[in-house]
Amino acid sequence: MRDVFADALLIAAKDLRIEARSRVLVNQVAPFALLVLVLFGFALDADQRTLRTFAPGLFWVAVLLASLLAVQRSTSLEHADGAHTGLRLSGMAPSSVFLGKAAAVFVQLAVLEVLLVVGIVVLYGSTVEDPLLLVVSGLAAGVSVAATGTLYGALASGLGVRETLLPILLLPVLAPVLIGATRAFDDALGAAAVDGWAWLGLLVVFGLVATVLGALAHGALIED
Amino acid sequence: MTHLAYLVAGWGIALVVLGVYGFGLLRRGRRLTGQVPAGQRRWLTSPGDDGRGG
Amino acid sequence: MTGRRDTTGSAGSRLLGVSALVGVAVLLLFAFVLTDPDVRVHPTTGEEFGQFDAVRLLYLHVPMAVLTYAAYILCAAASVGYLVRRTPWWDVTAYAAAEVGTVFCGLVLVTGSIWGRPVWNTWWEWGDVRLMTTLVLFLLFLGYLALRRTTVDPRHQARRAAVVALVAVLDIPLVNRSVEWWENRTLHQQSTLTELKIQDLTLFTLMLGFVVFGLVGAWLLLHRFRVGWLEQAAAEHGVAMAIAERHAELDMPDVDAAVGDAGDGP
Repeated sequence: MRDVFADALLIAAKDLRIEARSRVLVNQVAPFALLVLVLFGFALDADQRTLRTFAPGLFWVAVLLASLLAVQRSTSLEHADGAHTGLRLSGMAPSSVFLGKAAAVFVQLAVLEVLLVVGIVVLYGSTVEDPLLLVVSGLAAGVSVAATGTLYGALASGLGVRETLLPILLLPVLAPVLIGATRAFDDALGAAAVDGWAWLGLLVVFGLVATVLGALAHGALIED
Repeated sequence: MTHLAYLVAGWGIALVVLGVYGFGLLRRGRRLTGQVPAGQRRWLTSPGDDGRGG
Repeated sequence: MTGRRDTTGSAGSRLLGVSALVGVAVLLLFAFVLTDPDVRVHPTTGEEFGQFDAVRLLYLHVPMAVLTYAAYILCAAASVGYLVRRTPWWDVTAYAAAEVGTVFCGLVLVTGSIWGRPVWNTWWEWGDVRLMTTLVLFLLFLGYLALRRTTVDPRHQARRAAVVALVAVLDIPLVNRSVEWWENRTLHQQSTLTELKIQDLTLFTLMLGFVVFGLVGAWLLLHRFRVGWLEQAAAEHGVAMAIAERHAELDMPDVDAAVGDAGDGP
């Protein structure tokens, strides 16, 4: 059992090291996410008060869209130069590969979320009323998105149509996360009278199920 | 009858779509049975069928 | 073999198809002629209200919804079956059930919307639990079908599709629960479906609808299964033919001579 986590840590560290060197998140994904926030601003042509009301939903839509890029990037790392064959030959359990990659995606999403919170505070005039709820629900949703995304990234990999297939596979599954995280942020940002902590329960359940399921299914998917 | 347009639209769309899909399946089946030699067609007959067409 | 079969039809499927067609005719008779519109009288003002003739759409919409769920449950079960057994039968069944289910699901959404316009005065209703859940279900299986259509090693495709189907089915309760909580928060009106005055004839017609669309669904599923089976057989046959052609190209008379008459197959 310890091996699984130790190996996962190795994989996560590898992916994050690659990210540190290539800076895809910093140079491409983060600007894209901010761009989505800006586009909403243009499209809605609304006053600050309206934007503040919608900020939680817009925030999570931006995160979901950016997560598509992050997951695709994560999956493509394994297919460059046949790296996934080397990974299989290394004897690591498929579940540790999954956990490691999902953890790396999670870290990147967490960084993204921090950036986007700053974004909505500046662009939409949001105020953080319950920082604890904000952080915890952000983390729970981040785990959910990272785990589900990594699973679907593997499902859509090696098909040559990954870029267009992943969104329609992944986004409907994340509907509960979008609903739950938006409601939690509604409470945390004071945008609506909602019990965000109740929604946190849903996010935690989703995150746990996604992680366990992903670890189990990943093995079935990459074996031959 | 009230709301007749909705009734016609609803039932009409449903029956047409199901009909088109059904015909599409029959056509696909016809084309595919031509491509597969007779000996390899399993699961295509009912119990009691003697293998005759028509 | 005497007659050459060139369709996916069989004695059984023809009986099923004819029954389905007759059933649809009978259902139309009941739905449009023999049943009454939903008309109620307000106790105090005395004016008439209700769905009026729009209720006749429910004899179509509700049975198709039941069939959608049945098809998707079959797909999930067949996906589990495939992951456990790894035989093509389970895989073809899962694919067939998913496709037929998605056709019905799309129709459920469309007919529901058409019903909703005169009754709810809107084509769509965000926050209605059933609507949202069915929409997400539809999208999930659109993704499944898209995955199925990518050309890739059939074994891998079958396994991936099975996982997608299972995750989709597991996701549905979460979707349902989250929309339910959301609905309570926004206090949307309850669906008027539950307020429907179910008289004997209305109930019978609804049951008839279940049976009739069950027959239609079974016929579609049977033919879709056979089509799927043939697609696999045709692909394998195509590979076998290509190999045979290649051998012929390479001109291997020595092997044939060596094998000789003993090579006559069954």
